[in-house]
Amino acid sequence: MNNIINDIRDKARQLLAEGKVDVVIGYEKGSLPLKATPFFAHSPAEVDSLIWDETCENNLATYVAKTPGKKAIVAKGCDSRALAVLLQENQLVRDDLYIIGVSCTGVIDQRKIVAEVGEILEAGINDGKISVKGMAGDKEYLFAELKDATCQTCRYPNPVLEDVHLGETIAVSQEAPAFADVIALEEQSAGERQDYFKEQMSKCIRCYACRNACPLCYCQECFVDCNSPRWLTGGVNRAENLFFQAGRVLHLAGRCVDCGACTRACPQGVDIRALNRKMTKDVYTMYNHEAGISEDGKPALNEYTTNDPEQFLVKE
Amino acid sequence: MGEIQVEAENKKYEPKIAAFLCNWCSYAGADLAGVGRVQYPATIRTIRVPCSGRINPLYVLKAMANGADGVLVSGCHPGDCHYISGNYVARRKFALIKSLLNHVGLEEDRISFSWVSAAEGIRFAEVVKGVTERVSALGPNNGIFKVVDDGGAAADE
Repeated sequence: MNNIINDIRDKARQLLAEGKVDVVIGYEKGSLPLKATPFFAHSPAEVDSLIWDETCENNLATYVAKTPGKKAIVAKGCDSRALAVLLQENQLVRDDLYIIGVSCTGVIDQRKIVAEVGEILEAGINDGKISVKGMAGDKEYLFAELKDATCQTCRYPNPVLEDVHLGETIAVSQEAPAFADVIALEEQSAGERQDYFKEQMSKCIRCYACRNACPLCYCQECFVDCNSPRWLTGGVNRAENLFFQAGRVLHLAGRCVDCGACTRACPQGVDIRALNRKMTKDVYTMYNHEAGISEDGKPALNEYTTNDPEQFLVKE
Repeated sequence: MGEIQVEAENKKYEPKIAAFLCNWCSYAGADLAGVGRVQYPATIRTIRVPCSGRINPLYVLKAMANGADGVLVSGCHPGDCHYISGNYVARRKFALIKSLLNHVGLEEDRISFSWVSAAEGIRFAEVVKGVTERVSALGPNNGIFKVVDDGGAAADE
């Protein structure tokens, strides 16, 4: 892992020194334990802050379109898929972008730790073991135990789009996605699902952290901020929360790359992914489309065939 | 006395259905039903849109949030779109809207999608009859999107 960090720093230093890019977007150590934070290196002197490990949970594609000039980005699999969708949608200029690809073994889901040991005071990562000192006790975890849900079923740990690859690639089975989590929900009755989402939505405080963390939520004006028409009143209740989440998920249908950034950014632990995954599954089964696996092509909802399934039509 | 009143109210219950009809086919179909004096329940509130492709998923959600008991969306038959491909792209969107809303627990029959051409006045009446029957069977929208005073908090207790 240390070798990769050195490789990333060397590459970033080289790119900045040669003037190929104005900024390198990567991660630095955050101010809280087990948190990495996005870092923008503008000069070769700054690159030694760059890191790469299992705490690099943000999707850096979020910052690319907002960053002016030529930029290099440290991209894991899901970041590169988000970049691919952004390129498909003409939000980025490929020539202004240098992608430093790194393979990702997954990121840590802090919620699992906080649930057991309370607030994390200190933590260290050593050889795939994570030792945590928490408010309510200490514990040592294996990385596999803490892996984020989205990383457990990740099919694209290696970047789909890159200018250079650092470190080893990860072998992964390319079987069709299974969607066990979605199927488990689908098998419940409509009432049970309604109760589940009611419970989830009553947790939401509409801070919009999910929207801000999402690399593909780039609307100039989000529908929640729109005054005319006014879709939402601004009050926080589960009906409006579901309106927001369902509206957001429908905007992301056929585009979501399932990076899980929204769910990790949520301070309330709302299962946002349950909605996104349902759409991902539907798009995959109905239109045989996976978002952002290549630079070419279009998002699923920008295309059509004359024989798309029509089970949704009213029964007559 | 109370019971009798309730029964009378039940009999009177007519759902309010927001009907998004495309300008070129379904709206003309509804017009034809009118011109032809074809009877159908006066439950729909028609909202004319230029094309079924114009329908924003938020329209459907907002109709439910504002208290519609049901939503009917109707456009030209695939292949007959005035704008060539509007209803083809809409079709993918509709499939996902329906699927997502069912997934979060909205009753299947609250939201209906249909293709009705300008020549299908009688069929339009049949579609409205069918949708009205199914929505009536479900009763008023007390659903998960309706913003009533407290956003459903009271109903949760």
